[in-house]
Amino acid sequence: MSEYQVNDKGYYGNFGGAYVPEMLYPNVEELQQQYLQIIQRSDFREEFDQLLRDYVGRPSPLYFAKRLSERYNANIFLKREDLNHTGAHKINNTIGQILLAERLGKKRIIAETGAGQHGVATATVCALKGLQCVVYMGAIDIERQAPNVARMKMMGAEVIAATSGSRTLKDATNEALRDWINNPVDTHYIIGSVVGPHPYPDMVARFQSVISAETRKQLLEKTGRETPDYALACVGGGSNAAGMFYHFLDEPSVSLVAVEAAGKGVHSGESAATTVLGREGVLHGSRSIVMQTDDGQVVEPYSISAGLDYPGIGPQHAWLHKTGRATYACITDDEAMRAGLLLTRLEGIIPAIESAHALAQLEKMVFKGGENVVVCLSGRGDKDLDNYMKYFGF
Amino acid sequence: MNRINELFASNGDRRILSIYFTAGYPALDSTLAIAETLEKAGADFLEIGFPYSDPVADGPVIQHSSEVALRNGMTLQRLFEQLSNLRKHVSIPVLLMGYVNPVLQYGVERFCQSCSDVGVDGVIVPDLPMYEYEELYRPVFETNGLSNIFLVTPQTSEARIRKIDELSNGFIYLLSSSATTGKNLSVSERTEAYFSRIQAMQLKNPVVIGFGISDRGTFLRATDYADGAIVGSAFVKLLGEADYMERIPEFIRQLKD
Ligand SMILES: Cc1ncc(COP(=O)(O)O)c(C=O)c1O
Repeated sequence: MSEYQVNDKGYYGNFGGAYVPEMLYPNVEELQQQYLQIIQRSDFREEFDQLLRDYVGRPSPLYFAKRLSERYNANIFLKREDLNHTGAHKINNTIGQILLAERLGKKRIIAETGAGQHGVATATVCALKGLQCVVYMGAIDIERQAPNVARMKMMGAEVIAATSGSRTLKDATNEALRDWINNPVDTHYIIGSVVGPHPYPDMVARFQSVISAETRKQLLEKTGRETPDYALACVGGGSNAAGMFYHFLDEPSVSLVAVEAAGKGVHSGESAATTVLGREGVLHGSRSIVMQTDDGQVVEPYSISAGLDYPGIGPQHAWLHKTGRATYACITDDEAMRAGLLLTRLEGIIPAIESAHALAQLEKMVFKGGENVVVCLSGRGDKDLDNYMKYFGF
Repeated sequence: MNRINELFASNGDRRILSIYFTAGYPALDSTLAIAETLEKAGADFLEIGFPYSDPVADGPVIQHSSEVALRNGMTLQRLFEQLSNLRKHVSIPVLLMGYVNPVLQYGVERFCQSCSDVGVDGVIVPDLPMYEYEELYRPVFETNGLSNIFLVTPQTSEARIRKIDELSNGFIYLLSSSATTGKNLSVSERTEAYFSRIQAMQLKNPVVIGFGISDRGTFLRATDYADGAIVGSAFVKLLGEADYMERIPEFIRQLKD
């Protein structure tokens, strides 16, 4: 088994595990004991594949971005997760988890959301399956991602504002965990990224791994090789990156580049660049790299993009960082916004601001020419139009 | 034998009352004075919470107290400084309760050593996994004379409760229901069945019920089934009042008799 995948104790190296209070232990244990069995069953695989195909619209295209390629002197391919139903990669995971929840006999679904993409993706699959849905969202994010709040409500989900702490993704996650503690039997918590106690990081990565599975096939058709020279993705908690990297982890010829949000500058005090600013610690049930004070208090992060505004990263990323298997870069608000506009003008694609962070990294890389580079375009920018308009003064 | 073991060994059939409060709340230096007042008022043992930024097992009252305590500048380092002459003022058992990350950053061994230095008898860290305690930390807890307290909920399996009983050396913290702190205890038939089920297991450790104990009624109902009960949020709420110090004796008296 790969040294980069979770071991049988739920760890990636020294990262991962399940640091949960006893109230959550039975829920987490149930998942630990059942998730692999369930998701490997043929009834699960068939329904999962069928929904990804007919409902989500997979495989998502691998698009050769000609004008972007000319600009950067490399063959740039965009993995078009933005074309998925609901507009981001998040739905790959929620389809998987709703099928799991159904098979566990759960009647009620809860989720946290930052940008609202995961909340929308969760509300969507709950509507699809007729299950009750409650989404926790930071009060600040409710303001800056209004269209997604409206979509969730229209799908019949209840959106509850998290009003503690920084009132963003971290606090929404706290509220979701509290809800789960208070509703331990009938409720499944659909975590939106590769974070949380084991088995979530591995389970979510498996559902997102369809991204790199498809990419391999599509690259073979387009370039004659299954592997690229570089694979890039943005990292909030790290689920689109985990999916983009999954089938390349054991291919040393593929350079993996993860891009975090540097906010107003890595050392400005308003940043979410976890691998630069964080230390080993425990957050939301797993041991990873966490932005925190010397006393172990979690620091409030900042990014213009709500989906990257998180003070930790998934434990697999912490391990990829520590082992050096992947490179962790960071991009400021300004760099991301410019990259978002650039893609719009060169290719006619408005990316989510999260995804624009990955695109901005291209600007900093030096290519010899001829390298094949895949960028995970994790989501579309519709939800961010207000932000773009304000930023550029359109 | 530490003070916790002695308390339960000499208890007879008295109903034991424990009080939880957050260090550094309402003021940075209020911790020791509150502890002293609680002992004088008749509390049998104390749980002092060290605050954490993301207390996922806590309801609004304790969340708020933690936020204020952190804003006041409370840290583990400060807390141990404040408790350095704890045993000049307080003789009942004292436990520290909090989340695992501050302990990891302070260093687990150093934490246990500091607890022992100031005379703390036990530790409750709900998100410290049982297997980590067992495989990594048990010896350092034991050399420092610390009881590590485990939680049990209505969903905890019998096999796990047995295992917890085996690993425990103080008491078992029985949650009235699976809930965050600060919900009121409603003893339904189901709760009674659960309490009775635990009672019938004849555990070797004493059992103390916590979460949702807020007044004399809930205290009595809980201690019908257990050796003692813990009051947390209801007391922390009192600490939010301007004249809380004067009202502590009355608060304890109402619970106890
Ligand atoms: C479009 C998009 N990309 C990326 C992210 C970040 O999440 P992750 O790091 O889990 O991929 C989000 C989160 O909301 C998102 O909406």
